[in-house]
Amino acid sequence: MSIYTLKLSTVKDLEELRQSFQESTTGYRHTVYVCGGAGCNSSNSDAIVQALKKAITLRGLAQEVRLVVTGCVGLCAQGPCMIVDPEGVFYGNLTPEKIKMIVDKHLIGGNVIREYCYQDTVTGEYIPYTKDLPFFSTQVKIALRNVGRIDYSSIEDYIGHDGYFALAKVLNEYGRERTIQEITDSGLRGRGGAGFPTGTKWKSGFDQPEGQKYIICNADEGDPGAFMDRSILEGDPHSIVEALLIGGYCIGANKGYVYVRAEYPLAVERLTEAIQQARDTGLLGEHILGSDFNFDIEIRIGAGAFVCGEETALINSIEGHRGEPRQKPPFPFQSGLWGCPTTINNVETLANVPAIINMGAEKYASYGVGRSKGTKVFALAGDLVNSGIIEIPMGIPLRDIIFKIGGGMKDGKAFKAVQTGGPSGGCLTQEHLDVSVDYESLTQAGAIMGSGGLIAMDENTCLVDTARYFVDFVKDESCGHCVPCRDGTTRMLELLEKITGGQGEMEDLDNLETLARTISQTAMCALGQTSPNPVLTTLKYFKDEYISHVRDKKCPAHVCTALFTYSIDSDKCRGCTLCARNCPVDAISGEKGQPHVIDASACIKCGTCKQNCRFDAIVLN
Amino acid sequence: MVELTINGKHVSAPDGSTVMEAAKLAGIDIPHLCHLPGIHTNGSCRICVVEIEGMKNLMASCIVKATNGMVVHTSTERVRLARKIIYDLLISNHPQDCTFCSRNQNCELQILGNTLGIQETHIKGKKTPARVDISPAIARNSAKCILCRRCVTVCHDVQGVGVIYAQNRGFNTVIAPATCAPLESTDCAMCGQCTLVCPTAALTETDGTEKVWNALTNPDKRVIVQVAPAVRAALGEDFHMPVGQPVTGKLATALHDLGFDDVFDTNFAADLTIMEEGTELLQRLKAALTGEGAVLPMITSCSPGWIKHCEHAFPGELDHLSTCKSPHTMMGAVIKSYYAEKLGVDPKDIYVVSVMPCTAKKYEIQRPEMQNGGNPNVDAVITTRELTRMIRTMGIDFPNLPDGKFDAPLGFSSGAADIFGVTGGVMEAALRTVYELVTGREMPGENLHLKPIMGLEKIKEASLTFENVKPEYSFLEGVTARIAVTSGLKNADVLMEQVKNGESPYHFIEVMGCPGGCINGGGQPRTLGHVADYRERRMQALYIEDEGKQIRKSHENPDIIALYENYLGEPCGHKSHELLHTTYTPRGKFDQ
Amino acid sequence: MSNETNCAIGCADSEQALLDRVRQLLSSYKGQQGALIQALHTVQGVYGYLPLEVQRIVAEELDIPIAEVSGVTTFYSFFSDQPRGKHTIRICLGTACYVRGGVSIMDALQKQLGITVGNTTKDGMFTFEVARCIGACGLAPAMVIDTTIYPQVKPDDLAGIIESWYKKDEEEGV
Repeated sequence: MSIYTLKLSTVKDLEELRQSFQESTTGYRHTVYVCGGAGCNSSNSDAIVQALKKAITLRGLAQEVRLVVTGCVGLCAQGPCMIVDPEGVFYGNLTPEKIKMIVDKHLIGGNVIREYCYQDTVTGEYIPYTKDLPFFSTQVKIALRNVGRIDYSSIEDYIGHDGYFALAKVLNEYGRERTIQEITDSGLRGRGGAGFPTGTKWKSGFDQPEGQKYIICNADEGDPGAFMDRSILEGDPHSIVEALLIGGYCIGANKGYVYVRAEYPLAVERLTEAIQQARDTGLLGEHILGSDFNFDIEIRIGAGAFVCGEETALINSIEGHRGEPRQKPPFPFQSGLWGCPTTINNVETLANVPAIINMGAEKYASYGVGRSKGTKVFALAGDLVNSGIIEIPMGIPLRDIIFKIGGGMKDGKAFKAVQTGGPSGGCLTQEHLDVSVDYESLTQAGAIMGSGGLIAMDENTCLVDTARYFVDFVKDESCGHCVPCRDGTTRMLELLEKITGGQGEMEDLDNLETLARTISQTAMCALGQTSPNPVLTTLKYFKDEYISHVRDKKCPAHVCTALFTYSIDSDKCRGCTLCARNCPVDAISGEKGQPHVIDASACIKCGTCKQNCRFDAIVLN
Repeated sequence: MVELTINGKHVSAPDGSTVMEAAKLAGIDIPHLCHLPGIHTNGSCRICVVEIEGMKNLMASCIVKATNGMVVHTSTERVRLARKIIYDLLISNHPQDCTFCSRNQNCELQILGNTLGIQETHIKGKKTPARVDISPAIARNSAKCILCRRCVTVCHDVQGVGVIYAQNRGFNTVIAPATCAPLESTDCAMCGQCTLVCPTAALTETDGTEKVWNALTNPDKRVIVQVAPAVRAALGEDFHMPVGQPVTGKLATALHDLGFDDVFDTNFAADLTIMEEGTELLQRLKAALTGEGAVLPMITSCSPGWIKHCEHAFPGELDHLSTCKSPHTMMGAVIKSYYAEKLGVDPKDIYVVSVMPCTAKKYEIQRPEMQNGGNPNVDAVITTRELTRMIRTMGIDFPNLPDGKFDAPLGFSSGAADIFGVTGGVMEAALRTVYELVTGREMPGENLHLKPIMGLEKIKEASLTFENVKPEYSFLEGVTARIAVTSGLKNADVLMEQVKNGESPYHFIEVMGCPGGCINGGGQPRTLGHVADYRERRMQALYIEDEGKQIRKSHENPDIIALYENYLGEPCGHKSHELLHTTYTPRGKFDQ
Repeated sequence: MSNETNCAIGCADSEQALLDRVRQLLSSYKGQQGALIQALHTVQGVYGYLPLEVQRIVAEELDIPIAEVSGVTTFYSFFSDQPRGKHTIRICLGTACYVRGGVSIMDALQKQLGITVGNTTKDGMFTFEVARCIGACGLAPAMVIDTTIYPQVKPDDLAGIIESWYKKDEEEGV
């Protein structure tokens, strides 16, 4: 395309490009946004795109239907999916066959195919329009403004949606201090988990003596169950480029780094392309938009270490070292990358920045509650009907996220707990469903906002096992630098394994708690300090469940395999042999037509027999 | 100054002080483990945590800086409990074999348990997979490692060698060479600085005492001991004597009491080294100045850790090294030739033990170059610390021993030999002799000292101009010899880079592998961390020894003169070359 | 002899040519600040894994102590000093996948491949690993082969998926 020879060296160039892009998108009868997020991608959204292209060509619709492959639309559970404008109709679970029908009936015929739309799991009713779908209608998209709405690979599309105009405003109008003031006034806080005010952070960077400074985008999104940053990097990479430009300009850095985890190759690919586009058009380089500001961005790819999400460990990793944290102070803004003042912001934080500049601090701060201004992106996962990526104004109750947006629990099961903040977070219960989702309230409840992973668990979840799971995670990811985390997480895990293995004693619970408290008070970095949180919150809210494991040697949720067995109810068993054929360890025997028997010594308690039995004959003891 | 309150006491501390340093000023010792003042601070053990008002978590006092108005509590119940649990965690991953550990009663972890008042442990669990790796000089037992990483700091930042590093992650972290290979297979210089800083028995010298005890009880062996200059400057510390008090006389007595047949002094061989090395220098200078061409600068070769490092890091520059063996191997060679003949004993029946401040010498005696006629020059090396153990085992009341003497004919030495144990000493000793040989006059300088090369600075320089020289040294008339002195391998690398690039301005360079020289050798008592100026005091001890002697120049040592007259002939002569000089082996950067 | 051995990942290059290529690739990182991890990514991409002799080349070219190169290699889970399969299968055991039955997928795959986690199949086709969240939580339980994500995997799907990779390689003549 022509853009790669075009230099955007003035605001006028930007404006002309925006106008020409906007003109190029008018005059279409329909715009179809096909989700190309990682989730839908893996559900073969490519085939959907190909089917659409083919049908559009075949039907001669090229002048009438505009096809945009976007980043994550959000409702991953329904992938592959797409939205058809101007009506705002959501189609999920697409297949190439469905596409043919949609093209004929909807795009040509003008009739929405309701049965291809979202189906309410409770009422069975089809809900075609996003405005009627609580999953979409409850959300306010600021950080995700472009994700799912633009072609992630097109700088024109980004500019067509006011992209790089915030940069222009900052360079030509605001200057450094006013920009920082604007960010401060917006109330934006670090979305990576700690919630430190972004404006204050930038001011601290600005106040450091002139000289080599760096700005880093922390895209080492490592919390299990969190994929917000991924969706931004994959769906709107230019927003990060623009925000780094603005941040770099404010603090006085000429170099930015994006540290992306190695598990996100698609994000790296798309971001690399965006950076190249920005370089080609002169938005990265020297004299950006005619100013004296020079800036470039380099991507650094992690290598599989959760702890590198901690900012000082991340700096060590960029420097090519083991990702072990450094003791703070000095803080990175004083002495960071290669000893230079360094400002580190998380992906979601940065994605908000251009939007704040464009909409104004006041407007942004009008969302949210108390000291938690604006919106927060969450990754919904677990036993929810609607898993995916959402953005909500802070201050709404947790219940709304779980039941309105998340659509409640799958398969009609009962809600048991929700885990926020990943391994550093905590488990909240039924009684916390009315807690306002903001930094302070979640902390008060014993969990944390964290980076935004939100995992709902149903009645079949064992919270002792869940605590064991998280401790196992942090134990594996502990860098090994300090004693409390290195040895402490291993000992916590051993105690939890003892308990879930049916060997627990009551004093183990006290020892576990004392150990957990010591680790949280003495570990060197945030990963270590927060590693006991899942233990502490489950001990607080699910103590009974621990006691069942220890005293009664029972796992109420039938998860801890040492604490239950399977057997076959001979009255119900018809001898169909289905269980025996599916048993992975051949632990089930019996003649056809005769009741079968499970050999308890061979059984690995995988539950396959129970899932397969059509006569409800498999019994848990 | 910053003003703060610690345990209710008002404290003024210099700007930049840590909370631990400020507490020390208030007379409060905060227990700590990984921190080693002046060398290593990484906040990894968390034992030194304290409560600081206004801070949610306990803070590591070795790192957190004291600030105005800070209110600190160093020993609240919360702090004591936290320390106990951290200690419990450490012990849960540590062998419980204190009674038969080489660091028993000398182990920082063990002492810490006592300091913290630990009476019982509660935490149990599996241990990190460990391995024992015994190289000729250094023994590693990762089971005893508490991952303080002092050794890593010393190996990388102080010595610039970097053969050990943290491997793996989390609970599986170990300090080891690349891919956890044996130390012997690496470019380790065997300097032993890591063993000096290790708080436990994870890094120690490889034991040599067993061999020595066996030799001492073997009636067929004539067991001869020699002791390096730096040992006398530090051994007393292990017996709670003041740091910096030389114990030469007691040392001689103790060695006799241990049952050695002859107690010789490596100092004698230091004087011999000066004769050989000084002559070699003059030969090289002559060749260079008369147009024959010679490799300059010449670099000293007394320090086997330095030699090994040079073979790995600068394999192309080995012809700069003096060909002289290190003093104790020269001594071994002389014992098993000259002295053996004198005694009429087969050298095979002589067992030479060197007591050294050094671990690298354990490696050195195994080198194939260090033998003559199929007999190793030296049979066993023990460090100062091992000698301490032997003295204790023998039940010798060291501090109350009467002063004894070294035996003739290899026990007498000049003052120049004493200062071999400190950085700058070899150079000064060499120049005392060289200058006088060349000019017939004493080397200028107050009290025979060459001031600019004394002291513990990293790199020291001086120059000395030869005027009115004797006729046979006319090639040196008006020549200014430029010299440099360094200690510590990282500092040596700086000078060696110049050599490698052909930019070295010097004629003669002294290198000692350990920072400060042998007084701070890897085999010395672990006073580091307890007495801040221990190196200065040990250095002083050697200068006191030097200045207290009648004869202070190697070439004036009558026994040296006799040795040349009766046996060797002349310095750098045929016999000398056979017995006292050696060759070097270029080695790969990361190879054995 | 080493000239005739084929490289670890099965391409036609001789061992020596491969090591030369590694050295050549590393030259672009020389003198570059903090390049070790990026260099290791590149080298592992070419050589397949990072045995001691390869780490030695990295150490020499970047002038970093080999102990540190190894320290970094063993710290990060993406680097391996053991030979790897042609393809890497990673079962996600992030929270969402764990809650949605990732463990049963892992068990089934162990049986399917005949190896336990952390190992490589005898034919050198697959290395089997566990991932800690691949960020596909909406698709739990998920697994990844190289960069292809498989959503909502069921134990019954595994045989077909594995088979398809053998087929694919055959078609591509790899």
